[in-house]
Amino acid sequence: MATDALLSVKGLVKKFGGLTATDGVDLDVAEGEIHAIIGPNGAGKTTLIAQLAGELAPNAGTIAFAGRDVTAMPVYDRARRGIARSYQITQVFKGFTALDNVAMAVQAQAGHSFRFWRPARDDRELREPARAILARVGLDARADVPAAALAHGEQRQLEIAMALATQPRLLLLDEPMAGMGKEESERMTRLLAKLKGEETILLIEHDMDVVFALADRITVLVYGRAIATGTPDAIRANADVRAAYLGDGDA
Amino acid sequence: MSGLDKRTWFVLVLLAGLAVLPLIATATGNEFQIGQFRRILIFAIAAVSLDLILGYGGMVSLGHAAFFGVGAYVVAILNWHADREVPLFGMMLGTQNVLATWTAAVVVSAGLAFLIGLVSLRTTGIFFIMITLAFAQMVYFFFVSLRAYGGDDGLRFPGDTVVLGVIDTENDTAFYYLVLGVLCATLYLCRRLVNSRFGMVVQGCRENERRMRALGYPTYLYKLAAFTLAGGIAGLAGALFAAHESYISPSIMHWTRSGDLIVMVVLGGMGTLIGPVAGAVAFLFLEKTLPDYTEHWMIVFGPILLLVVLFARRGIFGWFLPPEERDRHGH
Repeated sequence: MATDALLSVKGLVKKFGGLTATDGVDLDVAEGEIHAIIGPNGAGKTTLIAQLAGELAPNAGTIAFAGRDVTAMPVYDRARRGIARSYQITQVFKGFTALDNVAMAVQAQAGHSFRFWRPARDDRELREPARAILARVGLDARADVPAAALAHGEQRQLEIAMALATQPRLLLLDEPMAGMGKEESERMTRLLAKLKGEETILLIEHDMDVVFALADRITVLVYGRAIATGTPDAIRANADVRAAYLGDGDA
Repeated sequence: MSGLDKRTWFVLVLLAGLAVLPLIATATGNEFQIGQFRRILIFAIAAVSLDLILGYGGMVSLGHAAFFGVGAYVVAILNWHADREVPLFGMMLGTQNVLATWTAAVVVSAGLAFLIGLVSLRTTGIFFIMITLAFAQMVYFFFVSLRAYGGDDGLRFPGDTVVLGVIDTENDTAFYYLVLGVLCATLYLCRRLVNSRFGMVVQGCRENERRMRALGYPTYLYKLAAFTLAGGIAGLAGALFAAHESYISPSIMHWTRSGDLIVMVVLGGMGTLIGPVAGAVAFLFLEKTLPDYTEHWMIVFGPILLLVVLFARRGIFGWFLPPEERDRHGH
């Protein structure tokens, strides 16, 4: 697994003063799998994602992506090489329409943007793929609505659409269901299930039902350490995990 | 009623109004005011260039007058050298050829904007405001201490230049229409620009720069390009200003002048291009007329500004937009 992993993290350490938020994490994500990271609040999940995406620099350790060391690579370079992410707190372009948002993401992969003359909103090379991706996440009917006017759940779907539009090789999804109602969560779960097998996903999620239903493998993070990695069944049976996180009989 | 929306009407009416202004002035025997109107248009060009980075790029630059001033100084210095036949940098570089001096003004201002942007754009928010202010003040004091070119007192130079062998800048009306032409061209080019792929990236940086980077955009490069471009256009406005005044002093690039430009943009409507033109007209009109009524005109002007900022989110231009479009960006 380690040699042909799409993403391979070794000995990753991130310290904030006296706090070690990531404590020697090793992690492999194989092509095509949904790999979930679970752990109690403060376990360092978002910190880990931020380092994988390149927004935070680790103190030690390496991150290899598609066989290349990307540890020192800036965010936008990693994104261009195929690491896309969604945020726990929605990060969309609120003043733009849903379609503009996705077209912006399509444009990111369509060569440089030092093009000063032709109107981007009439550019079929950007608009058509963007429409197709909006349809893929089920937002096609909302294409012309400003992002700020979309419901919370729709904004989260839009985030996924933007990530998909960059044609990523790896999707980092940070709590895609955070703050969602029941119905919205169900819609998001269906969307993720649809992506399963099509995309490689590293998923952080608190909803255990979703994680155990979707994930091929799960890594459990506690106080910045990866205490176990395995299939959902193996994790469910793991005594350390039960003690540290799931709680007795709670899973 | 017609195929034109309110936005287009606003643009057409405003530009048509500016186009007939000299005719009205001439008809009513107020030709002497044409120079004043021309001054307004020149500042409108500078305000439009600031809107490019402030309104569309979200870069609150408090040093934009520096580019305007440097553009003006380039023209003034080249003219002065040509007139006195004093060598510049050991060569007879002085010239009164407008194409040469105005091009030089744009290139030097854009170059300065590039250098200042190179450092300033590593910061954001209040730090960006402060660092652009600091750079602009450095430029200001540089010219204050430049005794050879008048320092504090400024530089006077012969201004009778002929543009492209046709337009004599001594002819108030002809020069007015030249400036109006430059303004219209600037508006058109900027309109193309903000709607292009490049413009979308710049607006994306305003909306959410973190997200832009995560999508794969090296945002710094795009912002730097926009900043440089805006500096170049401000330099062109400065060149027109030099030709307009035949006199230039450092006060034109004092930081309060940068503040004035921001006020014009906000007053007229940020991120609308045409708004700042209206903003420049309104600002300079009030600045000119209010002192006739009271010497404490700032006390009146301040609240007017506040009211506009509080109640018209897109400034003067916003009043002419349907409510649902007032908050929307990017058109």
